[in-house]
Amino acid sequence: MSLKAKVHVYLKPGVLDVQGKAVEGALHGLGWGDVANVRVGKTIEFDLKSADRAAAEAEVKAMCEKLLANTVIEGYRVEVA
Amino acid sequence: MKAAVVVFPGSNCDRDCKVAVERSTGAPVEMVWHQETTLPAGVDLIVLPGGFSYGDYLRCGAIAALSPIMPAVKDAADRGVAVLGICNGFQMLCEAGMLPGALLRNAGLKYVCKPVELDVTNAQTRFTAAYGSKRRVRMTQGNGDGNYFADAETLDRIEGEGQVVFRYVDNPNGSARDIAGIVSARGNVLGMMPHPDRAFEPELGSADGADLFRSVMASA
Repeated sequence: MSLKAKVHVYLKPGVLDVQGKAVEGALHGLGWGDVANVRVGKTIEFDLKSADRAAAEAEVKAMCEKLLANTVIEGYRVEVA
Repeated sequence: MKAAVVVFPGSNCDRDCKVAVERSTGAPVEMVWHQETTLPAGVDLIVLPGGFSYGDYLRCGAIAALSPIMPAVKDAADRGVAVLGICNGFQMLCEAGMLPGALLRNAGLKYVCKPVELDVTNAQTRFTAAYGSKRRVRMTQGNGDGNYFADAETLDRIEGEGQVVFRYVDNPNGSARDIAGIVSARGNVLGMMPHPDRAFEPELGSADGADLFRSVMASA
């Protein structure tokens, strides 16, 4: 069956996110002063043919480890539906 | 004596590296397309050049690190052949797991292109032996993602093992502990953000990069 995979990649806590800081500054400038700890990540979406969801999820996790995320600095979350 | 420069789609310092190595050392340099799976026989130095391989897509150096030529580069490094990654090449070496850590977006968010002063913190590597007692060198740097990061434990380890080779005198990008260049545990793989290939003749503002190429070719 064809499944939709969504991978969310984000910088790990403790890794300086300069983009997040810049966006936070801009939000503060617009008056949203209560905003804190902005982090900018990315979402990667794709279709995947697989026999079942669990197998697909394992495949996508392998893709994250090998290419989609750099686990030295990034964490990831996988959704398969 | 022979060197090879690997050319990736988006490399833009490949020619600079070839000219720099040839003029500094007299060694012939072969250009190797990233789709190759073997390196020229008998190379003593493999250079991964600066640039924007694959448009810096996904992460700088991430896709280049999976190029068909990279298993041959890793294999050569495992045999003790010298590998030098400059700028984007340093990012590739980290992405390939050949050096610890990673390069993040510059702390000031800007692309920083300017000459930088560096402290040679280990002059006993095969890349820096020719500096002798000289402890301060000058090279040009140009990058947007040159902010070296590793966890505290890794930083302590590489500092303790003498793997930190160059440090910024005036840190331009937020790099952890002012690190500008590191070597592998074995000492034959060097990654650095500043460009020795842009500093190999006085006409370029500095000739300090030439000694690096001379050191490594003399060590072969």
